[in-house]
Amino acid sequence: MTTLSIPELCLVVLIGTSGSGKSTFAATHFAPTEVVSSDECRAIVSDDANDQGATSDAFEVLEFIAGKRLERGRLTVIDATNVQASARRSLLALAKEHDVLSVAIVLDVPTGVAVERNEARPDRDFGARVVKRQHDQLRRSLRGLKREGFRTVHVLESVEAVAAVSIERTRLFNDRRDDHGPFDVIGDVHGCRVELEDLLQRLGYATVRDEQGRAVDATHPDGRRAAFVGDLVDRGPDSPGVLRLVMGMVAGGHAVCVSGNHEAKLVRALRRRSVTTSHGLQETLDQLALEDEAFVVAAREFCDALVAHYVLDDGRLVIAHAGLKEKYHGRASGRVRSFALYGDTSGETDEFGLPVRYPWADDYRGAATVLYGHTPVPEAEWVNNTMCLDTGCVFGGSLTALRYPEREVVSVAARQTYYEPVRPLAPPERDPQVLALDDVLGHRVIDTEHMGRVSLREDDAAGALEVMSRFAVAPAELLYLPPTMSPVDTSSREGLLEHPDEAFEHYAKRSVDRVICEEKHMGSRAVVRVRADGTGVVHSRTGRAFFDTTTQDIVLGRVARAVDAVGLWDELGASWLLLDTEILPWTAKAEAMVRRQYARVGAAATTALPSAATVLEAAAARGADVGELLDRTQSRAENARRFVDAYRRYVQPVDNDLGVQVAPFQVLASDKGTYELRDHSWHLDMADRLVQVDPDLFRTTRRHLVDTRDEASRADGARWWDVLTSAGGEGMVVKPLDNLVRGPKGLVQPGLKVRGREYLRIIYGADYTDPTTLERLKQRNVGQKRSMALREYALGLEAVRRAVAGEPVWRVHQCVFGVLAMESEPVDPRL
Amino acid sequence: MLLTISAGRSAVLEDPTDLGFLLHKHPGRAQRFDVYGGTAHVFYPEVDVDRCTAALLLEVDPVALVRGRSGTNDGFALGQYVNDRPYVASSLLSVAMGKVFRSALNGQCRGHEELAGAALELSLHLPAVPGDPDLLRRLFEPMGWEVSAGPIALDDTRPEWGDAPLVSLGLTGTMRLAEALNHLYVLLPVLDDAKHYWVGDDEVDKLVRAGSGWLAHHPERELVTHRYLAHQRALKDAAMQRLVELDDRPVDEALDDEAVVARPLVRERHDAVLDAVARMRPSTIVDLGCGAGALLGSLLEMQGVARVIGTEVSALALTKAAKRLHVDRMTERQSDRLTLLLSSLQYEDDRLADIDVAILMEVVEHVDPDRLPAVTANVFGTMRPRHVVVTTPNAEHNVRYPALADGGFRHPDHRFEWTRAELADWATSVGQRYGYEVEVRPVGEADPEVGPPTHMAVFTLGATEVPA
Repeated sequence: MTTLSIPELCLVVLIGTSGSGKSTFAATHFAPTEVVSSDECRAIVSDDANDQGATSDAFEVLEFIAGKRLERGRLTVIDATNVQASARRSLLALAKEHDVLSVAIVLDVPTGVAVERNEARPDRDFGARVVKRQHDQLRRSLRGLKREGFRTVHVLESVEAVAAVSIERTRLFNDRRDDHGPFDVIGDVHGCRVELEDLLQRLGYATVRDEQGRAVDATHPDGRRAAFVGDLVDRGPDSPGVLRLVMGMVAGGHAVCVSGNHEAKLVRALRRRSVTTSHGLQETLDQLALEDEAFVVAAREFCDALVAHYVLDDGRLVIAHAGLKEKYHGRASGRVRSFALYGDTSGETDEFGLPVRYPWADDYRGAATVLYGHTPVPEAEWVNNTMCLDTGCVFGGSLTALRYPEREVVSVAARQTYYEPVRPLAPPERDPQVLALDDVLGHRVIDTEHMGRVSLREDDAAGALEVMSRFAVAPAELLYLPPTMSPVDTSSREGLLEHPDEAFEHYAKRSVDRVICEEKHMGSRAVVRVRADGTGVVHSRTGRAFFDTTTQDIVLGRVARAVDAVGLWDELGASWLLLDTEILPWTAKAEAMVRRQYARVGAAATTALPSAATVLEAAAARGADVGELLDRTQSRAENARRFVDAYRRYVQPVDNDLGVQVAPFQVLASDKGTYELRDHSWHLDMADRLVQVDPDLFRTTRRHLVDTRDEASRADGARWWDVLTSAGGEGMVVKPLDNLVRGPKGLVQPGLKVRGREYLRIIYGADYTDPTTLERLKQRNVGQKRSMALREYALGLEAVRRAVAGEPVWRVHQCVFGVLAMESEPVDPRL
Repeated sequence: MLLTISAGRSAVLEDPTDLGFLLHKHPGRAQRFDVYGGTAHVFYPEVDVDRCTAALLLEVDPVALVRGRSGTNDGFALGQYVNDRPYVASSLLSVAMGKVFRSALNGQCRGHEELAGAALELSLHLPAVPGDPDLLRRLFEPMGWEVSAGPIALDDTRPEWGDAPLVSLGLTGTMRLAEALNHLYVLLPVLDDAKHYWVGDDEVDKLVRAGSGWLAHHPERELVTHRYLAHQRALKDAAMQRLVELDDRPVDEALDDEAVVARPLVRERHDAVLDAVARMRPSTIVDLGCGAGALLGSLLEMQGVARVIGTEVSALALTKAAKRLHVDRMTERQSDRLTLLLSSLQYEDDRLADIDVAILMEVVEHVDPDRLPAVTANVFGTMRPRHVVVTTPNAEHNVRYPALADGGFRHPDHRFEWTRAELADWATSVGQRYGYEVEVRPVGEADPEVGPPTHMAVFTLGATEVPA
């Protein structure tokens, strides 16, 4: 039994004549989906696996499929004869294009066996001549395969050898996805041993010293490990000391380290290769000259063995010296290594003679956090989920670490300037405000903390683009859009479409014992973002500015003062707040709609129906058989009257100088954090405090607590709703008191609305209470609405989480845009 | 919705009950019919020696209507569920009349031919029809009706809201029943702008048939055909031609009416932009915010232009542009030169690289002032075309428009309008910031006092950065 080792991700090229057993071999050792076969591709394009005339098209298909698989990081096996160098060349190019290793497995079985096998297959009419010619080509190819570019070549020289093989997949050196840290990722040290020791101490490591007092290891009581982004050496005063410490930590399992360009160059210098000793290399060589030979050899071997990048923590973290674009994560090729060591260079040099580097991080859109160094920056900052940790210690800046996964930056200042920088420290690489169309358009998948990957449809995104571009407030101010809310399950009670019973039952089933019923205000949803200085924005559910700027300034000023008066800025340590609110009256935003739609319907109905009733009464008086029609028309006239009553409640003017009132019901976030884990009593308490200091502007939200396990408590809740809605209220929202609740099946609905019977007339039409209509309406399906509500909820929370974490605007905007995109999906608008 | 038809006793109608013969509906019975969108009932509230009144009551099922709709309405807009359709006389009533009173509409009444041909003293009443009293008079008076159009308040408790766009309509006149019914049959859909069923070729035939004898001479003929055919231009033109032929007039004379629509300023603006662009001898042009593609056609005609890109933030506008430019009929060579992209000025778009000329024609004024810097950074900083042509209204000129004499913008969506000085300031600062040379030009005839109606800023990337 021979074991062939192949990398977990590679392109396997099978080489063998027709009939050499490639397909059988592939089927034995690889999953069917991993194998792309030329015969199958021929069949796909021509319905005939043996149609040689289709070869060219078939190979285009084959390469397309293989290319897509490699792009996605899937091992791929090419099942084709591949006996000609030209055929192999394009496959090697494919591997190279996707930065994966290529492996050749040659099935060199005797021609006789292959011919015999072909003859046994009725669909193959190859003569022995064809096989013989292929075999000759194969033989001629054998010696040159490595030179052609195959990283590994396995030749199986007999039928027995082919049969006796087993295949072992080995991990790539850069693949440490199963290593979950936690890490302290440390930027370019450049021989600054003292500062490195300072930093390790700040991070909580205990240094281990040898008998000469030299640091040879460092350990963390919590088992944390250091991760070095390379450039340990050169320029600074004690590169050997840094190497000794880091080598010890790596050997002891207390650190991981990737190679920097300075390590790569040091290795070449120590091998006596000709290198220019600029950029501080001479200092290192001079320092190493004072060390004993064994240490220098060990240092050379250590640096030589360093891998150029690591993929860690299930692919969520990538470290590479000069950073790495997403396409290269976990890949292995010369250019991937070059990128990781030197960055995205074009070969040009700038006015300081240093390589011009393309700011790859500006375009980075990957999900993995990339931590790197190489380019000294004044301060470590997030750029599109990447952070450069080289804060120029050797140039008199600081040595910086990032605690991962905590994402906390820890720095120590350089004790002195050891080396004068050639060029001034680079400014931050990108304008985090800039948005790209690719951020939002097309099929998008957004990773959320609370719901994992949320998928957005391309059509929906297109629908949202216009609204977002033309009507929304500036993206930097738009941190959140509220999610849609599902109604309760349809009531089983006669004459009612919605009733609280079903809401209580919904939560009881999901083990949510305590729920809060909150009055649904007869206003418009509005998000208030207010800073302590009274600036900010008030926007609607679709991101439109709610007020003209004058009114907005007044409202925000009063909100800020009220927040100040109740001491909330200090209490939360915040300088801005994001409030979820309802603004009354509805007509503040919807006056045109009330007039054009509801009032018009009301006027028409209350004119037409009584006229019809009068005419019918006359006919009935004459003895015409219209009794049933008359009854129905009179009842509809009554419905019309109730409809008018229902919408009129929304146009009650608010009696203060502004003509509007704000009813806050949730504190979404501040610069200090998000508050979805605080229970709703906390949120409403905040709101009540605001009402107390400015009762004119703020309006309280009436509420009622229910224990879903207790029948009496449920009945109380239902009565509360009954009183609320029979007095003309819109209804209520039932929420888990604890706020964000996760059940065994994921997130629990953050709220369910239970609307009042009369209010629903303006949603479902004046006559919806007619038994036949109601029966039909009861068939409604809330499934899609529920699913949307949860996805939008998760996106909204993710948006504020990202905003609070100081992530770039586009990262926040993606989530906000996602909510709007989802809202453009076609669902029954009456739900 | 309700229609009552009353006939009074007269010399030609000695027994008003004969109305029942003309309508083919027995005055003693109440009948019901299934019609499109609901149920029609016919009954007689009044039958006596002096007067006979028939009533047509249509009960609409709005949910069924939503379900039955096709085309632009997918049933996902709230307005489709709560609307005045069940109450207000509309095309639905026309359709019901077409079914229930078909013979009467055609003027057929076997055995009573004389009565069918006689002018009766009729009064028709509809409690709620869309429109305003003035429009209703203009539509019905030319045929000899005495029109009473009573306003309906939008909401009694809100007098400041004024009247609903509805009236209670009464028509009194002496004419044949068939004529009266045909007037309603054609004009109800005209009042009802949201026509409920698909407009197809046979609509034209129906209109021609029902309007024969009166529509060709109607002073509001244009409005009637236009609205009846739900704003379908192509169809309308066909209808116009046939109506004109019915009218015994040459076809092209009637089509002249259309030319009045041409707005000189629009053309002047186009010409100014095209002239500026042509001088730049571009290979690649992008019209940012191309709308329905009004300019794209002319850009495609320019010689030496290899590629014309139109971008729009509205997918609907792009569809219209594709239709207008007949993209589906273009040869490959033609369509290769045109690209229509859904894009937004608020977002960097990689597809818009290596552009020679970018056009922002009447676009910037649709951007909120606080979002305009992002747009300029995107266009001048990232896209960096060799030239940028910007046109925008001159706010100073607005006083010359009577409708704007007291302020206001030229379009409700405008977020600002610049004076000449404001445009110059903006253009200069953008030019300095992004390294463009700037020239501001007037568009349209310049008024000595308030300047031209529109102005244009032409930006050219600094000479040092332009490849030779």
